[in-house]
Amino acid sequence: MLQPNIKPTLIIAVGNLSRGDDALAPLLLELIEPVIDESTTELITDFQLQLEHALDITGRDRVLFIDAAVECTTPFSFSEQQASTEYAHTSHIMSPAAIMQVYQKITKRLAPPCFLLSIKGESFELGESISASAEQHLQAAKVFTLAALKLSSVEEWRKLHRNFVL
Amino acid sequence: MYEHLETAENPDKLKRVVIDPVSRVEGHGKVTLLLDENDQVKQARLHIVEFRGFERFIQGRPYWELPVLVQRLCGICPVSHHLAAGKAIDQLVGVDPENLPIAATHLRKLLHFGQVLQSHALHFFHLASPDLLFGFDSDIAKRNIIGVIGAHPDIALQGVKLRKYGQEVIRVVSGKRVHGTAAIPGGMNKPLSKSDRDYLLTDIDQIIAWTASAVALVKTLHCSNRSFYDEFASIPSHYMGLIQTDGALELYHGGLRAKDTEGAVIFDHVDYCKYNDYIHEQVKSWTYMKFPYLLSLGKENGWYRVGPLARVNNCDFIDTPLAEAARIDFKQHFESPQVHSTLAFHWARMIEALHCAESIKQLLNDPVTLSTDLVTQGEKRFEGVGVIEAPRGTLFHHYQIDENDIVTRANLIVSTTSNNTAMNESVRQVAATYLNGRELNEALLNNLEVAIRAYDPCLSCATHAMGKMPLAVELVDNEGKIVDRLVKSSSSHIAAA
Repeated sequence: MLQPNIKPTLIIAVGNLSRGDDALAPLLLELIEPVIDESTTELITDFQLQLEHALDITGRDRVLFIDAAVECTTPFSFSEQQASTEYAHTSHIMSPAAIMQVYQKITKRLAPPCFLLSIKGESFELGESISASAEQHLQAAKVFTLAALKLSSVEEWRKLHRNFVL
Repeated sequence: MYEHLETAENPDKLKRVVIDPVSRVEGHGKVTLLLDENDQVKQARLHIVEFRGFERFIQGRPYWELPVLVQRLCGICPVSHHLAAGKAIDQLVGVDPENLPIAATHLRKLLHFGQVLQSHALHFFHLASPDLLFGFDSDIAKRNIIGVIGAHPDIALQGVKLRKYGQEVIRVVSGKRVHGTAAIPGGMNKPLSKSDRDYLLTDIDQIIAWTASAVALVKTLHCSNRSFYDEFASIPSHYMGLIQTDGALELYHGGLRAKDTEGAVIFDHVDYCKYNDYIHEQVKSWTYMKFPYLLSLGKENGWYRVGPLARVNNCDFIDTPLAEAARIDFKQHFESPQVHSTLAFHWARMIEALHCAESIKQLLNDPVTLSTDLVTQGEKRFEGVGVIEAPRGTLFHHYQIDENDIVTRANLIVSTTSNNTAMNESVRQVAATYLNGRELNEALLNNLEVAIRAYDPCLSCATHAMGKMPLAVELVDNEGKIVDRLVKSSSSHIAAA
């Protein structure tokens, strides 16, 4: 089956540039794209997570999902994901955990380590720009993401996750 | 028919049940039921609350921005909006479809077939197959794509890979999976390279084989419980869509054809730029969504269906061999001039997926598709109409611009709008047939959702921030007081709340 060259780090940003704070993840990718190492990191933007993203995570050392989140209590949050059927039952969209679950079901292998960067958003109307507060959250998330990408090991990302939990 | 269930006489004195949101559809819709003291359904409505501001979003923009901009109207079928806008702005630069360079038309069709293929695969395998493979009232914990992967791994994997292949066609032709810039005024912005053509050809025979298997699977499901599949949510209706000059199935460009419930032609080969002479829209107070109807038949009787079932019903033949054989088999199964079974949407959808796969192979093998002659120009006009058959049905984009190339007026009719009356009719049919007098539970209510899902409605606004998709059902007494409330969590656990 079709499979372009695989880079060890994959970042998948989910959102719509024309729906207010839903643009947070695609905008973050636009901000970091000029400075990332293209030889080791692949960037994908999509409107929503769907089944085929389970194939995109194949062969990766680590995967970072980025999305806007209304329930985030801090400007952004960072967490490691575990395969789960959560969100797979009622919605047409899928969560990173469900993507991992699909991957494991269809490949019979453990999914690569996957992390979720949630950036707090508030308003999602068609035609809106991102809100002033979301702009601040975006800048904070950019600093965090660039720092995280300088960490080469999955274990270091897990430490970041533990720091957020604490 | 079931129009009598659209509006109850004394709604304040009836119990109210709400399914909000309808699950496993694209976007946000809800169903409300009003029941009397004997649990007889007196009113059933599908509400779609997200279609607003599309035209306002477009107006005031320079027209050349539109093919990229309109992709953001909807995260589900951005390519459909992109191509409809592309066709409309061709006219603004004075280029009619027949004058577009052949290679540009080929590339647009390739892009479109990739879009329809991936969309149909997503709908059938991800959204619909859990109901069809496990049963409408099966264990809700397994009635989802993860359950399908567990029980039918080969089928599920084919679905994932069909979707992925369609996305790859889109990426190769437009440069990106989303936000691509393929169609430009008067043509396409980049040719298809030989290496990209060869890359897409690598797997196409497997894709054709899988779509053919999907057609066979749908037929097997229909034959397993024929009377149920034929009758569930079935409503006699008119059908409308694009058609080729010779009567062949058409997804990208053609005239408008409408047929009645018996298959008689209402109008044929109509220039879609004159759509306003044939289709009008009705407004109702209880929903944001309009109700289009065929002008010649009037508001009450002129509603129609669009989408895969309409297209397969309306065409005289399909111009790819395997899909044509599947169409003939489909028509023989139902033994009627027009197929009105709402669940037959799934069958027709997979026939179209097969047609798309065959058409992709044909286009890739045509040397003209690799031509670099991709753009032409004409004389500026101030009005343009672009119409295509999106995965869910006929999609209209209509723009007017001023001397400064700014859009002053925009009108969009999306396919789900055209199916609005039909979806409500199907909801009312199911409510009257399966819910009357019964104690409601999730499994029964899922029948309503199955009927809606068959249309593959796109209710999406592409806003999908996490944690916003619960399902709640409320039971309200005669005085409007909530007497019971069930909540289905994202882990499918149902609890009183």
